[in-house]
Amino acid sequence: MEYQAKELFAKHDVPVTLGVVVEDPDRAADAARQLGDRVVVKAQVKTGGRGKAGGVKLAENPDQAVERARDILGMDIKGHTVHRVLIAPTADIADEYYFSFLVDRTNRGYLCIASVEGGVEIEEVAHSNPDAIARVPIDPQVGVDDAKAAEIVAATGFPEEVADEAKDVVKRLWAVFIEEDASLVEVNPLVRLGDGHLEALDGKVTLDANADFRHSEHAGYEDKAAADPLEAKAKAKGLNYVKLDGAVGIIGNGAGLVMSTLDVVAYAGEKYDGVKPANFLDIGGGASAEVMADGLDVILNDEQVKSVFVNVFGGITACDAVANGIVSALGMLGDEANKPLVVRLDGNNVEEGRRILDEANHPLVTLVDTMDGAADRAAELASK
Amino acid sequence: MSIFLNEQSKVIVQGMTGSEGQKHTRRMIAAGTNIVGGVNPKKAGQSMDFDGTSVPVFGTVKEAMDATGADVSVVFVPPAGTKGAVTEAVDAAMPLVVVITEGVPVHDTADFFSYAQAKGTTRIIGPNCPGLISPGKSNAGIIPADITKGGRVGLVSKSGTLTYQMMYELRDFGFSSCVGIGGDPIVGTTHIDCLQAFQDDPDTDAIVMIGEIGGDAEERAADYIKEHVTKPVVGYVAGFTAPEGKTMGHAGAIVSGSSGTAAAKKEALEAVGVKVGKTPSETAQLMREILQNG
Repeated sequence: MEYQAKELFAKHDVPVTLGVVVEDPDRAADAARQLGDRVVVKAQVKTGGRGKAGGVKLAENPDQAVERARDILGMDIKGHTVHRVLIAPTADIADEYYFSFLVDRTNRGYLCIASVEGGVEIEEVAHSNPDAIARVPIDPQVGVDDAKAAEIVAATGFPEEVADEAKDVVKRLWAVFIEEDASLVEVNPLVRLGDGHLEALDGKVTLDANADFRHSEHAGYEDKAAADPLEAKAKAKGLNYVKLDGAVGIIGNGAGLVMSTLDVVAYAGEKYDGVKPANFLDIGGGASAEVMADGLDVILNDEQVKSVFVNVFGGITACDAVANGIVSALGMLGDEANKPLVVRLDGNNVEEGRRILDEANHPLVTLVDTMDGAADRAAELASK
Repeated sequence: MSIFLNEQSKVIVQGMTGSEGQKHTRRMIAAGTNIVGGVNPKKAGQSMDFDGTSVPVFGTVKEAMDATGADVSVVFVPPAGTKGAVTEAVDAAMPLVVVITEGVPVHDTADFFSYAQAKGTTRIIGPNCPGLISPGKSNAGIIPADITKGGRVGLVSKSGTLTYQMMYELRDFGFSSCVGIGGDPIVGTTHIDCLQAFQDDPDTDAIVMIGEIGGDAEERAADYIKEHVTKPVVGYVAGFTAPEGKTMGHAGAIVSGSSGTAAAKKEALEAVGVKVGKTPSETAQLMREILQNG
């Protein structure tokens, strides 16, 4: 979120005004007084387009700041509920620029994207005036040194009078990118103030969760309040889960196979009034009984779910272990297991796995041989 | 023949003495892989027994290479140590480094990949990948060796279990090599690298390419196929139903705005004549028809 990005900017001496974050609208008055009465009230959510959605409002005085905060708190912006607003001083803006560092998948290094046409979405600039955007590749072995900073500033076309300060800001933003293990650092707009100095007026930082092991301080940036309750529950159990909107709960092993399973269920669902998958859940290579039980527990607690499709290819994990996992998971869940399960097993020890499920003969479990057939059956059950 | 890995390959394991390393070293040996050593500075000079096969442990990758002539390293070192392990292998000019480790920070991958590019003597596969197998010859990684036999189909995939699924669907035909390139935003070996190698491999007749949402690797592979690949290619793309802005398991599997969608990838592949299946089974069926008619 913006205020968190700004905290990271401040940590690395990027020029920024932090403002005050409030969750209670009545607190906005004090904050406004502290910041010089006339303020901007900005929704703090992890998505773009807040301005267009009415999540950024000017307040002329402390009373109005309270009103604006009251309006914005609780708003829904692209599926994100606003739990916090940032009260920020108004700025005397002379010019607006766009600046970012990101991981460049195509060239397998880093990329700087910058433009002197900031303040609007960069995709719009890319569409309307592509020549106004500078793209400067960065070799990870070299990074952004003085020469690279000068190259970026020249390529972007920053006005002469801010060029020196821009080089300095570029190097500080690079420090944010590298030292915080970010996959994206974006400033939009980076502004030139009336006094001629640069300031990061709004920003976004995407941190690499894989690097959390060396950034214990990043734990506080997670927005637990905004997360879907089922996603939060799954995360607490260490499961890789994404909540979707459909009626067929999905459990599988391996990210690619699970994505594929969602697609196959959606195709099958076309025959049954457009039944759709309810979630993504990858239980990974080691599908133990406990992990299976945790997964089923999360999915069966999703009220939208009407049937569950367990799709496992036994690679490293053998199918008999998965079958035992399903049987004991159903035992552990007892009466909570109340929705039909369609199971498809293939691969390592598949005969033994199928035999175990046949023998258990659980009333909720249907075993289907192929992935396409099982998807069809699960979709049909969910449509009833 | 096969690509990147064959019966002559001499393989060492970095992280062999850890639990994952031990488990998979045992499986690789059982699959016929010539495992010539492991690396762990704390256990240098010792050896480990894998069901009767004794494997020496060396202090460094360089020592292991000097003593054994190893030309492939498989890395099971945990994320915090992965960059150091890969960098060491690159410094020793190890020709092929297969990084199985999941959860490597993307800055670390960017660093060791660009380092290897600058040196020019190491190919990296992965990270966050199942490795590669040339069935019946050698297995470097965690792909189950008993799914299928040697044959004349080449397979390249971002996903582990979808690789296994496709090997299983076409198990009666068999594969020259199957390469899991991994689902991270930056990977050492791309679809294009594998397409090129399969095109040049006289023992590969046709290629299955499996992609997924995120990035533009599939679109670029399509351009490459149009210009350079004359062998038949069949494709599959996972993630049509993935919502925008959510990471689907793999760190790189994310649709950002309108970019990285499965629909765009399918369209790009079909535009250059690649047949793309709607499901893994349908994709296998498309390949089956090509092999039976060819």
